[in-house]
Amino acid sequence: MNLKAQAYGSIAFIERNFALIKRYIGWEVVFLTYNIVNALAIGLIGARMGKDMVLYLVVGAMVWGFLSILFHEISESIAWERWEGTIEYTFMAPINRFTHLIGNCLHAVTYGVIRSTLILVLVVLFFGISLKGANLPALVIILIVSGLSFVGLGLIAAVLPLLSTEKGAYATHIFEAVLLLVSGVYYEIEVLPVWIRPLSYISPATYTLRAMRAALLQGTGLGELLPTIVLLLVTGSILIPLGIIVFRQAEFYAKKTGKLKRSG
Amino acid sequence: MKEAVKCEGLSKTFKRKEKVVALDNVSFTIPKNEVFGIVGPNGSGKSTLIRILSTLLIPDNGYAQIFGHDVVREYSKVRPLINRVSVDAAFFKGISAWENLRYAGRLYGLGSKETKQKTLDILGQLGFDEKRYYEPLENLSRGMQQKIAIARAFFTAPMLLLLDEPTTGLDPRSKMEVQEFVHRAMDSNGLTIVLTTHDMKEAESLCDRVAIIIKGRFVALEKPSTLLKKSGKSNLEEVFIDITGKEWKEIEYES
Ligand SMILES: Nc1ncnc2c1ncn2[C@@H]1O[C@H](COP(=O)(O)OP(=O)(O)O)[C@@H](O)[C@H]1O
Ligand SMILES: [Mg+2]
Repeated sequence: MNLKAQAYGSIAFIERNFALIKRYIGWEVVFLTYNIVNALAIGLIGARMGKDMVLYLVVGAMVWGFLSILFHEISESIAWERWEGTIEYTFMAPINRFTHLIGNCLHAVTYGVIRSTLILVLVVLFFGISLKGANLPALVIILIVSGLSFVGLGLIAAVLPLLSTEKGAYATHIFEAVLLLVSGVYYEIEVLPVWIRPLSYISPATYTLRAMRAALLQGTGLGELLPTIVLLLVTGSILIPLGIIVFRQAEFYAKKTGKLKRSG
Repeated sequence: MKEAVKCEGLSKTFKRKEKVVALDNVSFTIPKNEVFGIVGPNGSGKSTLIRILSTLLIPDNGYAQIFGHDVVREYSKVRPLINRVSVDAAFFKGISAWENLRYAGRLYGLGSKETKQKTLDILGQLGFDEKRYYEPLENLSRGMQQKIAIARAFFTAPMLLLLDEPTTGLDPRSKMEVQEFVHRAMDSNGLTIVLTTHDMKEAESLCDRVAIIIKGRFVALEKPSTLLKKSGKSNLEEVFIDITGKEWKEIEYES
C-alpha cells in the first residue's frame, strides 16, 4: 500500500475508537463527570489559599487527566483487541504497524485534548477565575507537545497488554502510578525524598507541569518556554519511534511464541 | 504464475509448561484455484498451520510461500493477498456489523461506501437479515456472527482464503448456507481456498484435495475420490479409521 492508503488506513482506528466510545457513552459520561469532579475537588483544596493555588492544583489534575487518557487509550486499544481476539485480524491486514499505532495515538490525542480543554473551561467557570494574565496559546502548545512524549510512553506501555492481557494491565497501572508520584502533579518535586528525584528529572510530565503552570500563572511567554518545548519535542521524537520499535519487537516475539492467540 | 501455497518442512513447537509439537515437518503445495481441505481432530495442528499462512505465527523450521512470497520475510506482500475466517468470530462485540466491517474495510484500503455495498451483497447471499447489520454484534446469534466473519474475509477480494473451521458449531441451517456460499465462491476466478474442518462430509463435498492431519503430521494427501478408491471405503470417515486405526471420535477424546 502506498503512503496515501496508509494515511487513509489510520482513519480506521480513529473511527473505530470513536464508535466504541459512542457505544459505551454511559461510561464516557461517568468518567468525564468523575474527572471534572476530581479536578474541582482538588482545586477546592487550594480555595483558601487563593486563585494561584487553585490554578496550580487544577493544572495538575488537568495534565494528569491528559496523560492518563493518552496512556490508557493507547494501551487499552491493544488490550481491547486482545480480549476480543480481533488483534489477529488487525495484524494480518495490509497495514503498517506504524499506521496502526499512529492511528490509535491520533485518536487518543484528539480525545485527550477535547477532554482536558473541557475540564479547564468548566473549572475556570466554577471558580470564577479570571485568566487575564495567562498565556493560553502557550498552554495549548505545551499540552499538545507534551502529548508526543506521553504517546511514546503509551506505546511502550502498550507492549505489556500485547504480551499478556491481564498482567499487562497490572503493569500499565503501576507504571502510571509511579509517574503520578514522581512528576510533581500536585506538589513541587523538591518535596520528594532525594532518592526519588532522579525519576522526576526523567519524567516528561515534570517539565510539562512546570511549563503549563508558568504559562497559566505567570503568563510566561513562548520565548521563555521554548527550551521546555524543544525538550518535550525531542523527548517525543525519541520516545515515539522507540515505542514503535519496541512494539514491533514484541509483535515478533508474540508471533514466535504464539502469544497472540486467544483461542481456536 | 507460481503456486498459491508452497510449504516445505514446516514445524512449530509451543513451549509452555510442556512442549507441544503442533506441526511436524509438513510439506505440500496448492496450485491456484484449488480448494484444499485439511481434516483432523482437535489439537492436530490445523489452526497452527493456518496461522503460519496468515503471517500471525513464525514457524520454527521450514518455510511457507504464498504466491511466491515468504510469509515471514515478505509478509507485507502476502497480507494484501489473503484473508481468513476462524472458528471464533472475533469482532468488537459492542458495536455493529457495519462498524466492524467498515473498520476491516479501511485496513484493506476500502472506503465505507464500497464496504457497505460489498458486504451487504455477500450477507444477502448468506441469508443474513439486513436489519441486523446495525445492531451491536453481541445481540446476534453465533450463526449470524459467523456469516459476518465470512463477509469480512470475502469482501476484500483475497486471492487466498484461509477458512479455519468456518462451520464448526453452527446450526445446521447456517452451516448449509455457509457451505453453499463457499461452493459458489469456488467458481470465481483466481480464488484459492484452504479449508480446515471437522466434518468429513464437508471436506468430501467442497475440497479438490484433502490432507489428513494427525498430531501435526500429514498422514494422507489425495483427492477425496482417490482416497476412497485406494482404501476401498465408501466415505472419508472410514478412510480415516483405516489410516489411523482409530475411530474419529476416539482421537477427539484423546486430545
Ligand atoms: N498459541 C499457542 N500456544 C500454545 N499452544 C498452542 C498454541 N496454538 C496451538 N497450541 C497447541 O498446539 C496444538 C495444535 O493446536 P491447533 O493448531 O490449534 O489444533 P487444531 O486447530 O487442529 O485444533 C494443540 O495441542 C494446542 O494446544
Ligand atoms: Mg483449530
